[in-house]
Amino acid sequence: MPQIIKDGRIQDDAWKVLRLGENDDAVTLKVPAGRVIVPLAVWRAQRPYLKGRAEAGVLGVWLAGDAEPSEFAGDLPLLQLVAIDFPAFTDGRGYSIAVLLRSRYGYTGELRAIGEVLRDQFFFMIRCGFNAIQPYEGRYSQTQIEAALASLSDFPALYQGAAGDRVFTAKRRREATMGCHQRI
Amino acid sequence: MYQYDEYDQRIVDERVVQFADQTARFLAGELSEDEYRPLRLQNGLYIQRHAPMLRVAVPYGNLRSDQLRMFGHIARTYDRGYGHFSTRQNLQFNWPRLECVPEILGLLATVQMHAIQTSGNCIRNVTSDPFAGVAADEHIDPRPWCEIVRQWSTFHPEFAFLPRKFKLAVNGAAQDRAIIQAHDIGLDLVRDADGNTGFRVLVGGGLGRTPILGEEVSSFVPWQQILNYCEAILRVYNLHGRRDNIYKARIKILVKSLGVAEFARQVEAEFAPMKDGPSTLTQAKIERVASRFSDPLLPELPVNEAGHMTHLAGNKAFANWVKRNVRAHKVQGYANVVLSLKKSGVAPGDVTADQFDAIADLADQYAFGEVRSTHEQNLVLASVRQADLFAVWQKARDLGLATPNIGLLTDMIVCPGGDFCVLANAKSIPIAKAIQQRFDDLDYLHDIGEIELNISGCMNACGHHHVGHIGVLGVDKHGEEWYQVTIGGDQGNEAALGKVIGPSFTAAEMPDVIGSLLGHYIDRRHADERFIDTVRRIGTESFKTHVYAERLERLEAMEVC
Repeated sequence: MPQIIKDGRIQDDAWKVLRLGENDDAVTLKVPAGRVIVPLAVWRAQRPYLKGRAEAGVLGVWLAGDAEPSEFAGDLPLLQLVAIDFPAFTDGRGYSIAVLLRSRYGYTGELRAIGEVLRDQFFFMIRCGFNAIQPYEGRYSQTQIEAALASLSDFPALYQGAAGDRVFTAKRRREATMGCHQRI
Repeated sequence: MYQYDEYDQRIVDERVVQFADQTARFLAGELSEDEYRPLRLQNGLYIQRHAPMLRVAVPYGNLRSDQLRMFGHIARTYDRGYGHFSTRQNLQFNWPRLECVPEILGLLATVQMHAIQTSGNCIRNVTSDPFAGVAADEHIDPRPWCEIVRQWSTFHPEFAFLPRKFKLAVNGAAQDRAIIQAHDIGLDLVRDADGNTGFRVLVGGGLGRTPILGEEVSSFVPWQQILNYCEAILRVYNLHGRRDNIYKARIKILVKSLGVAEFARQVEAEFAPMKDGPSTLTQAKIERVASRFSDPLLPELPVNEAGHMTHLAGNKAFANWVKRNVRAHKVQGYANVVLSLKKSGVAPGDVTADQFDAIADLADQYAFGEVRSTHEQNLVLASVRQADLFAVWQKARDLGLATPNIGLLTDMIVCPGGDFCVLANAKSIPIAKAIQQRFDDLDYLHDIGEIELNISGCMNACGHHHVGHIGVLGVDKHGEEWYQVTIGGDQGNEAALGKVIGPSFTAAEMPDVIGSLLGHYIDRRHADERFIDTVRRIGTESFKTHVYAERLERLEAMEVC
C-alpha cells in the first residue's frame, strides 16, 4: 500500500486520486468505489450524488492552482478531505490556497498536498496548513521518506506565524512557541 | 548594525546543515538537476559560465569588519582572491567549487551571514539607503524596518515559489537612494498628519526586459499592518501572476494588465480580512529589533575643525575627494565617506582579499567597525569624525579606494556581463574599462560633473541601464556583441526610464559614442546644468542627431584612410 506523511507520521494510505483524462466529461464520468479524491469539476457536476460519500468521509475533492477558494468555501463543511494539486513543484499557488482554506475559511479537515510534491518542500507545505503529503507513488524509498519526516524538525525557530502552526505536532508547537515568530 | 540573537543564529546554522544535505543528495544523484536548481538558487548559488557563483546576502547593505575579513578569507581560500559587490548591495564570489559551498556557508554563519534567498523565485534580500541611520536628510531610520522585513521574508512558507523573483526596497529619507520605484514593492517611510509612522507603498516597479516604474497602491499603511499588507500583495501575485511565460511573470506585468486601480482593489480586498492578523507588528516587537542595532553614541563635535580646514585649503587632491566622496552626516562634526570601487582598470565593484582586510581595519579605526555597500557598487564608511577625514583619505588612497569620482562618469554601475554571467548577451566590463581609460582626466570628469552611466550585459538589466542618465545595454546581433544606448534615465525622486537613441554600436565605438554625448552636452549646457537636466531641456532627439552625425564622420574618415 502507498505511504504518505500524515499528522507527523508515515502511514499507509488507500486514497486514489481521480484525474480527468482528455476525453473525460466531469458530468458523466463514473466515480469508482472506494476512497477517491475527485477533481473539483467532478464534484461540482455530481455533487448531489457524491455528497453522501463525502460526508461519510470516503470521498474528497482536489483543487487545481487556479481554483478560487472563495467560490469553494461553501463546500468545506461537507468535506473531510481536500487536496491541492501541485502540477509542478515550482508552482506555488497551492501554498496560498492552503493558507486561505485554513485561516480564512476555517477548514479543519484533512488538507493534502498531491502532485509533484517533493521532500524539500514538505516543511513549507506543513507550515501553510497541509497535514497530509502524498508524493507520487514510488517517488521516495522508505529510507528517504523517513529522512524527509525527520527533516521536518530541521528548523526549531521560525520567523513568522503561519496558518499551519496550529496543526503542528505538540513537540513542534512547544518549540515554535519559543521561536522567533513569537517575537516578530 | 543589527546583531543576531540566538534564534537568528540557529536559523542560519540550520540552513547550512540543510543545504549541505541537499547538496550531498544532489551529488549522490538523489535529486535531479531540475529539483536541485531552485534549492541552490534560494541559497544564492548559480551555475555560471566558468564555475558556480555564490551570492552572499548583505542585508540592506550593512556589514561589519569581521564580516569583511571573512569575505577576505573566503576570497583567498575558495576563490581567486576577490569578491564582487552587486547592484543589489550583495557580494558575489565568482569561482567557488560547488562541493565547497556548504563549507563556505558554514564560515559565513560564524559571522552572522548567509546566502538565503539571494536568488530564486522568492522574496529576495531587502535593499535600502546605504546612508540609513546617518543621512542628514533622513526622517525615519529604515534599518529596523528592513530587518523586520528580512526576518518575515526569510523562509516565508507561502511565498517560496512565486511566479518570479520578488524584490523589496525601503527608503526613509527625503532623497530616495534605494530606487524604490524600480522594485516589486517599494516602501517609503512616511508620517501622517498626526505624526504616526507608516508606509507609502509602491508596487510593480522593475527593470529587466520590460522596464516599468512602480506605482502607488496605498498612500499610507500604518506600520502595525505593513507585513499583513505586503502579504496581501504577495498573495494576489502568487495566485494570479503569470506562470506560463518567464518574461511575463513579474508582478509588474500583473499590475499593468489589471491596471493599478484594479490591482489595488484586489489587494485591499485581500488585506481587509487579514488586518490585525498574525503578522501584525507591535511596539514591543519593533523595539526589540531596534534595540539590537548597536549604534555608536555620537556626541556632537565642532564643525569645520581647524586641522580639517587646513588640509582642505592646502591640499587640492584631498579637497577634491571631500567634494566628491564625502556626504553629510546627521550629527554635527561627522561625515559619511564613500570608498570608490571604480578605480580605472579595476572591474567596478570588485574588492581584493587584501582590500577586504584593509577596509575592515579602516572601519574599526574610523567608523565604529561598520561598512555599507551601495547599489552603485561602492562602499560607505559611516560616522567618520571630520577630524579623521584626512587620515582616512590617505589610507584609502594607498588602497586604491579614494578615486574622487563618486557621482561622476567613471563611477559606473556595471554588471559582471559576458565575462562571467551565463545570461549575458555581451561583455560589459571591457566596455567600462575602455570608457574609464578614455575619460580618466579628472579635470574633465569634474567639468562634466554629476552623471550616471550604467551598463548591463543583457536585458535582465542588473546594471540598471534604464535608470542611468546614459544607459548602455549589450545586445546580441547575429552572434556579435552590440551596444544600445539610452539617455534620460534617472534614479531617486525623479526616477525615469531612459529612451533609446537609435541603432546600436560596436564595442570599439563605445568610447567615441560617450564622447559625442558628452561633447554635445558641453556645447549646449547652461551654467551649472547637469547632463540629465540638459537632456530634459533640449530632448533626446538633439543628442541623437549629434551622436549619429559624428559617427558618420568617423566612418567616412576611416574609409578615406
